[in-house]
Amino acid sequence: MDLIAHQISHRFGALDVLDRVSFTVAAGEVVAIVGPSGCGKSTLLSILGGLLRPSDGAAELRGAPPADSLNPLTFVFQDFALLPWCTVEENIEFPLVHAALDAAARRAVVDEALRRTGLSDFRGAYPKQLSGGMRQRVGIARALAVRPAILLMDEPLSALDSQTRELLMEDFIRLLADGTMGAVYITHNLEEAVRLADRVVVLSRRPGRIREIVTIRMTRAERGGIDARGKLLSLQNQLWSLIRDEAIDAEREVQHA
Amino acid sequence: MLERAPQETQRDESTPRPVAFRGAGFMPGGGRASGWIALALVLALWQLAGSAGWVNPLFLPAPSAIAVAMYKLAVSGALWQHVAASIVRIGSGWLIGTLLGVIVGLGIGLSTLVRGVGMTFISALFPIPKIALLPLLILWLGIGEEPKIATIALGVFFSTAISVYSGVDAVPRNLIRMAQSFNVPFHAIVARVIWPGALPSILAGFRITASVALLLVVSAEMIGAQFGIGAFVLQAGNLMQTDQLLAGVVILSLFGLAVGKAINVLEARLLHWR
Repeated sequence: MDLIAHQISHRFGALDVLDRVSFTVAAGEVVAIVGPSGCGKSTLLSILGGLLRPSDGAAELRGAPPADSLNPLTFVFQDFALLPWCTVEENIEFPLVHAALDAAARRAVVDEALRRTGLSDFRGAYPKQLSGGMRQRVGIARALAVRPAILLMDEPLSALDSQTRELLMEDFIRLLADGTMGAVYITHNLEEAVRLADRVVVLSRRPGRIREIVTIRMTRAERGGIDARGKLLSLQNQLWSLIRDEAIDAEREVQHA
Repeated sequence: MLERAPQETQRDESTPRPVAFRGAGFMPGGGRASGWIALALVLALWQLAGSAGWVNPLFLPAPSAIAVAMYKLAVSGALWQHVAASIVRIGSGWLIGTLLGVIVGLGIGLSTLVRGVGMTFISALFPIPKIALLPLLILWLGIGEEPKIATIALGVFFSTAISVYSGVDAVPRNLIRMAQSFNVPFHAIVARVIWPGALPSILAGFRITASVALLLVVSAEMIGAQFGIGAFVLQAGNLMQTDQLLAGVVILSLFGLAVGKAINVLEARLLHWR
């Protein structure tokens, strides 16, 4: 199943946020979206996930989702969005309660999601008892439980410390390795973008337009090797050179807002 | 001429010395023991003042006299008659007001139309002292239990509606967005996200409405009732039976404490995740 951004524009009142953004996320593909602060990355993701109606253009799906997918487009949120009154297990089960699954099937799905994210020993814990990294693992487990075709990830690591970010990045790489699941990955962090994405969409400052789409011609497995480091660094520099001046302007704009 | 600050005593800077602790204070603890001790001291002083004849028992009877009055009331059965009448009124009024307040509060929290209409009426009617409506309610509903229960229900309704919609407004929007992103149906979002998210505010509202109900039952019973703690306190006052009057006040205080404890238990059970 492909996800298509078709000429998406968006305005909040008099403020133009996005301007005719078009690209396609093919089945199993990981597309990172980077750009200066306030360029409309999160707005674009909300539109792609059907949580916000665009002022113009449309988010479209092409092709059938996997037969077993309960929620083809599934978000992983920056702030985890866990229900604080539910245990880890209940949080993961939350989107399944209204799915056409009997209790045994639901339990099996939850167990599998817990296992894949290394949370089996924490099923009875409440979010407040977990570290930031573990909370985001619960968010990921909840997303995996509905077997998405495409994960919509809105800066999922930005609230975490660098060691936890590294561990979760390894988890993302592992989860996306078999190519059955695609992703749109919003990030400020260019290193994350080049480590994870097949393509990087670079947005201009507000109103966000596509400035360039950079294809990364290495498998994710290759990117882990020492030899790849130079290439990845060069890609990062290329992306930074596209963003730098506008990031400075955007920062000044924020300071004067 | 400016005075010179006194010179610090010469010290050997090379000798290690502890960093002065500056982080004390601004963290008040429970202080339960000190509370009980203070209460016991006040009661003892009060008793001493009564026993020594420092105060006229007509104006301020000693705690022992109040305890004796309560005992006599309990033995005679009058206490239970008055307490039961008040509890029935408070219970009925509080339940009706809470039920309606929760429904309207949820409506205001969830619907633009209900918010528009409801907020106008709540803003206009909330500040009215509800006891002022009792004569009108007697006119409408007769002189039985109904106007007293209706007065309590009205008082409870407005506070409940406000605490419910404030609670709904305070539910983090990201949780609602999350549920929507999983296609969770509207009723399930209300039941599984909005209601538990609003519960802290709703339970805090219960604490307020319990006090409002107590206040209104006493006021209503003072205006027109044969039985009830309010009626009892008024009768005792009229007959200058200050020991019985204060016995009624103690019962009201105990009732308030019991309700507060019950809400504490409810909070501990329902909000254990906080």
